[in-house]
Amino acid sequence: MKGTDRFFAYFSRRPGVFAAGVGTLFLSTALFLTIPGLVRRAFEDLERTGVTVDTLFRASGFIVLLAAGDAISFYFTRKILIGASRDIEYEMRQDLFAHLLRLPPPWFRKNRVGDLMSRAVNDLSAVRMMIGPGVMQMANTIVVGTVAIFLMFRVSTPLTLVALSVFPAIALATNVMGQITHKRFTEIQEFFSEISNSAQENFSGVRLVRAFAKEGTEERRFAERNREFLRRNLALARLNSLYFPLLQFFVGAGFALVLYVAGRQILSGKLTIARFVEFNLYMLELIWPAIALGWVVNLWQRGTASWNRMMELWDVPPLPEEKDAPISLSPSLEVRGLSFGYVPERQILSGATFRVAPGEVVALVGKTGSGKSTILSLILRLDDPPPGAIQLGGIDVLDIPLPTLRRLVSVVPQETFLFSETLAGNIAFGRPDASAGEIEAAALAAGLGPDLERFPDGLATRVGERGITLSGGQKQRTALARALISDAPVLLLDDSFASVDTETEARILSGLREAAFGKTVLLVSHRMSTLRNADRIVVLDGGRIAESGTHEELLARGGVYSELAERQRIEEEVEAA
Amino acid sequence: MAVNETPAHEDDALGKAFEPRLVRRLFSLVLPHKWYGIGALCLLLLESFTQLAGPLLTAATIDLILSPRSGEKNRASELTRRALEAMGAPVTGLQGLAAMTSLFLVSVAATFLLTMLMVSWTSRMGQGVMYDLRTRIFGHLQRADISLFDKTPVGRLMTRLTTDVDALNELFTSGFVALTGDVVILAGIVAMLFYINPLLATVTFGILIPMFFVTNWFRKGARDTYRDVRTKIARVNSFLQEHLSGISVVQLFRRQERALSQFARVNDEHRIANIKSIHYYAVFYPALDLLSSVGLGAIVLLGGYQVLTGSMTIGAVVAFVQYSKRFYRPLMDLSEKYNILQAAMASSERIFKLLDTEPRIVAPKDPVPVPDPFRGEVALTGVHFGYKEGEDVLKGVTFTARPGQTIALVGATGSGKTTILNLLLRFYETGSGEVRVDGIDVTRFDPVAYRKHFGIVLQDTFLFTGTIAENVSFFDASIPREKIEAACREVGLGPLLARLKEGLDYKLTERGGGLSVGEKQLVSFARALVHDPRILILDEATSSVDPETEDQIEAAIGRLLSGRTSIVVAHRLSTIVRADQILVLAHGEIRERGTHQELLERDGLYARLYALQLKDQEAAAERSRAAG
Repeated sequence: MKGTDRFFAYFSRRPGVFAAGVGTLFLSTALFLTIPGLVRRAFEDLERTGVTVDTLFRASGFIVLLAAGDAISFYFTRKILIGASRDIEYEMRQDLFAHLLRLPPPWFRKNRVGDLMSRAVNDLSAVRMMIGPGVMQMANTIVVGTVAIFLMFRVSTPLTLVALSVFPAIALATNVMGQITHKRFTEIQEFFSEISNSAQENFSGVRLVRAFAKEGTEERRFAERNREFLRRNLALARLNSLYFPLLQFFVGAGFALVLYVAGRQILSGKLTIARFVEFNLYMLELIWPAIALGWVVNLWQRGTASWNRMMELWDVPPLPEEKDAPISLSPSLEVRGLSFGYVPERQILSGATFRVAPGEVVALVGKTGSGKSTILSLILRLDDPPPGAIQLGGIDVLDIPLPTLRRLVSVVPQETFLFSETLAGNIAFGRPDASAGEIEAAALAAGLGPDLERFPDGLATRVGERGITLSGGQKQRTALARALISDAPVLLLDDSFASVDTETEARILSGLREAAFGKTVLLVSHRMSTLRNADRIVVLDGGRIAESGTHEELLARGGVYSELAERQRIEEEVEAA
Repeated sequence: MAVNETPAHEDDALGKAFEPRLVRRLFSLVLPHKWYGIGALCLLLLESFTQLAGPLLTAATIDLILSPRSGEKNRASELTRRALEAMGAPVTGLQGLAAMTSLFLVSVAATFLLTMLMVSWTSRMGQGVMYDLRTRIFGHLQRADISLFDKTPVGRLMTRLTTDVDALNELFTSGFVALTGDVVILAGIVAMLFYINPLLATVTFGILIPMFFVTNWFRKGARDTYRDVRTKIARVNSFLQEHLSGISVVQLFRRQERALSQFARVNDEHRIANIKSIHYYAVFYPALDLLSSVGLGAIVLLGGYQVLTGSMTIGAVVAFVQYSKRFYRPLMDLSEKYNILQAAMASSERIFKLLDTEPRIVAPKDPVPVPDPFRGEVALTGVHFGYKEGEDVLKGVTFTARPGQTIALVGATGSGKTTILNLLLRFYETGSGEVRVDGIDVTRFDPVAYRKHFGIVLQDTFLFTGTIAENVSFFDASIPREKIEAACREVGLGPLLARLKEGLDYKLTERGGGLSVGEKQLVSFARALVHDPRILILDEATSSVDPETEDQIEAAIGRLLSGRTSIVVAHRLSTIVRADQILVLAHGEIRERGTHQELLERDGLYARLYALQLKDQEAAAERSRAAG
């Protein structure tokens, strides 16, 4: 969809709302612009001295009534128009999130979360300003401006021409000053990030600074930056010190000019004082719309720039929408001649081949960077493997709809990511319909039992920021429970016990044998204690399979695996020392 | 005093808007810039006169020139007339009109100049105070104990230096002077209205009472809803942040739909909070307009009546109308000020608390001058130390490094190697036992003068944003460029510099981005070398590099260690083998000491560590030699 189409779709969805907002705006304008006329009539009566206390009461009563009507209808204008902008903001944010949820994982590796957040927060906010206050003030300026100028012409054409000479200056000044302000402000922001980065570097590198006794140099360096920061801030302050006084000046000069021209007309009898007072009141009502005009133009410029940046996100093609298909297959995994690299010049896997039979527990072992995790992510299609290289139950994973694949294959990722929810909420993450009993069973199978007893609220304990900070091992076990609760026939464990001590691990593994009974398990691990439990071990080296067999077989072979086992034995000895 | 006593919510707390103790200290910050402040206040007084002149001149123009009636006199216009006559200006007819409007223009121009200058001076004052504060905070942190940095996250220190200082800006620029300005202008209007017509003034000011209540209602409501909106948007953002960071988990567990509906709830709460806040704005502005119109109605009614009875002129009524229109702004400004004051008090409290934290590791009263030339003999005797009370990391460490010797510290993670380096640099005070350099207890030196003789290479190479030359010289302009270049060549950076177009002036991005791991290490070696320290502290990096770089690093380390006392946390076989003494640490104690050969023959802990950590390196070296 084109940027403008997507943008205006939010408006065309609610035509009535905008009509109502502009309608009440018209009403309030009509009401308050009647007041100057009333004031004029009161003055006329005064001049003719044909006025009675009665007519005075009527005039002031009318003024108050009209003002009340104006206040009430403008209340609705603001409520309706700004409220609509909040509704649209809500929809845009919701749509954006829905879109992001459907973007492929490789795209997220290339884009930092910070940048995405800035689009979703800062840019969206700029767009909201454009459609909320932007639209409201624009409409206000147009309506009030047109009506007031029309009424001013009715009073006196030359006077109106004189008065109108200052309002474009006000609008222009606001617009130009707004742009310069924005530029200087951005310059300050840029420098702010420089000064705070350098301070942050100093604080983080405090040991280095102290060891080299460079406190003095660092202070001088900071002083330099601080001075530049001061300079830029003063540049903005100078501009700010000019802006409001300048507006006041234009308004004041306008009134002085009008006073002079009107004075001449009154002296020559072409204008009455009453009409002059009326004219003055119209002029007062025009000041804000003129300022708003300059301001709104800036809002629109920034808003459209932000919308274009947001469109860059919309333009990223999402994953195709797929439905979960009821496929029945035997849970075997077959990796056949799998070659893969994230960048073409660096192949991580070159022709890896192995098979996991239904119900078998196979362990993948190998050095860092040997491609173990890559195999798991290819099975899950976090990246797409080459056609035919990975098959689940004899079907190419590329031919299985994503929702189905991920229903059939469950995973405990290497880096545990939990959400700031309750423990139960995290465990049932993939199965929101799970019963309390199921959640508890999964937690116990993952070895969380003793921890739960220590938590004040058990499974209802909140994880993360406002709750309890879990230890690395507790996090991993929660992630394990999250995977176990799904009824997926295939389970992938990516180095899932690295932060769990050996004793706990043994306890989990014995539980796991029951909980994962009958499941096909492919696990990545370095630990002998884990590996020993696998039915078969596949050793990866240099992107291919170096050896495979049971723990005992591989030890006997004296290859890569037995070297690994030897290292771990010594490591344990050193740690015990 | 610890800075982070209440870590979680310290930064959110809002307290009183006025705290005499803090205000006194804040006032002392203003003193160096007092002339700007005093000047601005003087301008403010002048400005409020010119501001008030406009309506007065309009009234006089109407009463004296446009609609002169005998018998009707207005005090304000009379005042203006007398003033004009004293100046010799005409007060009737076309000439009078021209004089009056010129005067009007002059007052407008004067207001412009005065306001501009006043705002500019107040911001100079505010910015000056902020500049001073930033300098002071930064300087303070250059002397604060290292333990402060252990206890305080860098983010919080940054908040003190940035956000908290900014909160004070509001206080100085739009707070104190503008506050006075609002009060003066309001007082001026009040005085003027009472001078023109006390009865009408009283009635007009009756409007101030409901205005005050409406403003107060708005201030409280808007503040509460604003807080609510802030909490809700924070929730929206953290939900987004969390789900975008964990997007793969969301997708793997087919959680998209549910995440979307959860997000809808959070998103909607934010929407509702905003719509609630619209209510306050939607009521407030029209209500103020309405009240001022009521005031206008009252002026028309009463003023008209008085004009009828001849006790007031039309010009005076017009002046009244214009003055009453000027109520709002100062009044609304006043209500904003409360929140600014409150935030400023909270921020200044936090800043002062940091500035009040006195460092414990400082120069003694009469520091022993650091020996020059410095021989570089290091001796630890029975050193105990723990970062936390009751948890000793070092349990009686004793060793001596004679001038020029290389000592290799070896042991498992957490055995206390890095702690020894920290104590040598006097980052912390020893619990018990002594650290002596050249036979003198290090606590008797000025720590900064003492550290000048040290050079350090950290385990995690830390480079600053800046050029290679700046990183090597550590931004010290007194180090000549030839020395920098020589040091770079000596550690083997020559080929890199030749390859880079900018050479030494190649700009590194954050944390040395743009260079490989090995190159970054070499830069940090050059940094230590160019400072030519008597004692070198080297914490070897564990990250593996390709064999070629490894050779370069080994050669560079060789050059770095020669001719100076070196204490090395060693991982490299080559470094360990060439050490004069190897100390094997386990759980804060020295278990074994001797040369490589001696320790291998002992077949103890070292022999096992060697087998574990170093066999791989040896094998890799063999392989690369065979391949090369």
